[in-house]
Order: sequence, then C-alpha cells, then structure tokens
Amino acid sequence: MAIIETKGLTYTYPGATKPSIRDVSLTIEKGEFVILTGPSGCGKTTLCRCFNGLIPHFYSGQLEGELTVTGLKVTEHPIYEMAQRVGLVFQNPENQLFALSAEKDVAFGLENLGVSRDEMRKRVDWALQMTGIEELRERAPHELSGGQQQRVAIACVLAMQPDIMVFDEPTSFLDPLGAQKIFEVINDLNKKLGVTVILVEHRLDLASKYADHVVIMNDGKIVLNGKLSEIFNSETARLIGVGIPKATLLWQLLQEKGLRLGGVPTSSEEATRLLREVLKT
Amino acid sequence: MIEVKDVHFTYPTEVEALKGVSLSIRNGEFVAIMGQNGAGKTTLVKQFNGLLKPTKGEVLVDGVSTRDMSIAQLARKIGFVFQNPDHQLFSETVEEEIAFALRNFGFKENTLKRRVTWALNLLELTEYRKTSPFMLSGGERKRVALASVLAWNPKVIILDEPTIGQDHRQKDILRQFIVQMNAQGKTVVIVTHDVEFVAECSPRVVLMAQGQIVADGDAKRILTDPDIALRASIVPPQITQIFLGLADLGLPTNVIDVSEATKVLLEYLEDGKR
Repeated sequence: MAIIETKGLTYTYPGATKPSIRDVSLTIEKGEFVILTGPSGCGKTTLCRCFNGLIPHFYSGQLEGELTVTGLKVTEHPIYEMAQRVGLVFQNPENQLFALSAEKDVAFGLENLGVSRDEMRKRVDWALQMTGIEELRERAPHELSGGQQQRVAIACVLAMQPDIMVFDEPTSFLDPLGAQKIFEVINDLNKKLGVTVILVEHRLDLASKYADHVVIMNDGKIVLNGKLSEIFNSETARLIGVGIPKATLLWQLLQEKGLRLGGVPTSSEEATRLLREVLKT
Repeated sequence: MIEVKDVHFTYPTEVEALKGVSLSIRNGEFVAIMGQNGAGKTTLVKQFNGLLKPTKGEVLVDGVSTRDMSIAQLARKIGFVFQNPDHQLFSETVEEEIAFALRNFGFKENTLKRRVTWALNLLELTEYRKTSPFMLSGGERKRVALASVLAWNPKVIILDEPTIGQDHRQKDILRQFIVQMNAQGKTVVIVTHDVEFVAECSPRVVLMAQGQIVADGDAKRILTDPDIALRASIVPPQITQIFLGLADLGLPTNVIDVSEATKVLLEYLEDGKR
C-alpha cells in the first residue's frame, strides 16, 4: 500500500525564479526504508518538507501537482495534523532540542497535542527505550555528546508515533561509530515497528545496507528510482556524481576485468559473501 | 614545522582536553587528525596557531614557542579554516572577505588586488566577486573561507572537518585541491571523521582518543587495524571491511583503495588457477 504518493509535484519558493522541485512523481510503500540522495541543492530537503506539509503551509510559495501522504491530501490538512503522521529529524540536533532535560524535550510535542498524563508517561518511556537513552532522561541535552543528542531528537519525533519518519542527514556531525549506532536505531524503528523511513544521505557507504529503495534527484527532478543494486550500478548515478558505495564500485571494476559475481553488492557484508562464493571455487 | 611537546590542556571548565600529547609535523606533510567526537582533535589544532596555549608543555612553530608569538604572527604562518564557515565569514562581498586578512597583514594595495583575484580564480569564485557570502550555498561558503585563508599564502593550512555537508562531487574537488596544495609544498592538516575521504587521500593519520594520541602512521596501516579503529571509534573503510571478512581465505587485510582491491582479488584468482 502506498503511504506517500506524488504526481507531477512542482514547487517554487516565494521570490525564487525557478522551481526547486520539478515534476516529481514518486510512490513510497508502507514500511519501506528509502534513501533519498543527489548532489547538494538538488531538492532533497525541499521534497521532504512537502511530506509533512511545511510546504506549502509554512513556506507558502507555489505548489502544483498531487501530493497524498498516509491517504491525506497534504494541501487540505494543517501542519499539526500532518506532523502526527510524518516526523522530521534534522542534521543538527542542536537546532531541535531546547528543554532542561532529555525527558522534557521528548514530552514537549505530546504536551502540545494535549495527550493525557498517563499516556504521555508511557510514550516518553517507550521512545527513550527504543532509542536506548533511558539512563539519560534527566540529563540536559546540551551536556550530551552529538550522538546522544541525535538520539534524543529521534526520541522526540518517535514519541509522536508517526507512520513515517524523515531523517535529513542525521549523522553528518557524528564520528563513524556514532553514525553507525544512529543508523541501527533507525533500522530498528523500521524493521521492528514498521515505521516507513526516508533517509536523506550523502554517505551511502554507511547507510546502504539498511535500505531497500533508493531515489536519486538532480536539479529538482527524480533521475533514478528503484532497487539499490540496480540504481547504484547505472551509468546515470556515476555521471551525476552520486557517491556510490565502494562495494558497488569494486563490483563494477571487477566486472570490467571479466570477473562476474553472483549479484550486485551494496554493502561490505554482501560484497564479502559474493566474493567468497567466487574465490572459493 | 610544528613540534608539540608533551602538551596538556585544561579548559576553564576544568575539562582536561589534552593529556600529554607529543607530535611532530614536518614541512610539506599531509596529516589527517582523526578520532571520535570529543577526543581533543580541534583542541589540538587550535594549539598550532596559538588560539589556545598549552596549560603544560609547549608547541613550537618553526622553532619558536607559541607562547612567544602573537596570534597575528602565527596566523601569518598557519591558516585555519573553521568547520562552520559562518563562524568565519562576515563581509558584505566575497571580494572584501578575501581582502580583509590581507589588509590586516599590511599588504600593499596592488599586491592585495592581485592576491584576491588569484584566490577567486583558484577556487572558482570569480563570478561571485560582488556577491554577499551569505547568499551562497554551504559548499560555496566553505570555498570562500578557504580562499580567504589561502590568499595570504600561509605555509600551513589547517582544515577542520572540510567534508561535512559536501556532496560526493564537491569532496572529489576538495581532495584534488588538497593534494595539489600539498604537492606545491604546503603543509596540510585536516581534522576529520570521514574515513572514506581519508582512504582516498591516504595521508599520515594521527588517531586520538580521550585527549591522547593512540596511533600515528600511514593511513593504510592505521585504518586497517580493527583494534586501533575500535579504540578510537573509527569504522574501517568499506573496502577494508570486505577484506577483513575474507581474511580466512588468506587475502591481505590492509587494503583501503578500490583499485588496489581489484588488483589483489584478480591476482588471488590467478594464483588459484596455477
């Protein structure tokens, strides 16, 4: 079942001379883990802002085409209503956190929705547990490390129990191990809770193993859309300069030299498995 | 060029960020300082240009202690490009931004003009000469910050997290640029988390954890040692991970580069046939 569906979506920011996204037609199924990537300024963040109604309700500007999210026409439903269905986590958690304790930050969105005290307690505990930060509940967010802060930011959004979570480069300020832990939290939300995940990311080497669907944008348009192994191996991906995973690049180079593997790897684990098959025989 | 001798540094908040660091960087070297968030990387490079002075120990630049030089004197030798360009940029146009430091250093007006034009060209910013830096994209602002430092031609360039927020193509350009600067004799120091970027440039790697240096050597050795990586919260490059997974077949594990990986795999298969 499609959870996000856009047809011919075109959007121009107020005062801009040309549209930031053009004729975007995209279907995302419920429960998918989607990577959205493409060069800086290609319209990724703009597209994500459409999903929860920030565009057009907050940014105004001109929106054309069809946009349906969780069965609702986004243009007809206000942001607070869409926000309960689509949660957004930003690059820098500092822009999102402000309360005196992690727990209060997580409760904030629920307070605004007027959720009852008991229900709030339950949801905050659950969100802290899912993101692995129960022991940090009393700590002030600004005293936490970047990775811990990002988990608090994720818990804040998760507590709203959205159907869809959009992560806009959530790990770019983190060291590799911190980034990996965040990807694992995101992956758990997707696999265990069935949350539909849209991950905007440049560092595909780290993120690819969790995803099943990749969308590549360039200059406001979707240029590639499909399964990871097919997309990363396409000439178009190379030409627009998407940093395809090294595992896929290795596969390409080996293929050019006449060594065929049993599939196209997009992660180190897969590459190891496929290489092992060939090397053993 | 830079000599760090048993440096300790404690912030006024009593956080001990450096706990006895010794390091020597030679003229013309290309060094990547890596390690987890809070390991002390940025604190260390701020000692190089005197933004911070050691609580104990000393830092020598060209043989002179940073305690005996003003920040202006040090800045002439050591250019620092901040992680966030917005912490650095403030002028109304790109051109003025680049001219600012040159004027402070007392360059003559015609030399100043020539240097500004040179730096604008070098970083492909000429078309933005009269534009406000704040109208530019994040990647472009980073280039302006870099141009403003390169303009006064310091011997050492320090780049704090240069790849954050840069897409693949911009990283490629940045890598070529760093390699080129280094080839022209500049000492380049980058502070970064970006393992794949380091694997592609292959500099000397200084790995930090909890205020100390835990490993120092060429990228290939440091990034392919899983024990060292774990201690400093580094994940080995993807190519290395693949080879670590195949170690039991007798393949080498110290591979970081994709073309080398291809060669090693093909040779392994050739040997197998024989």
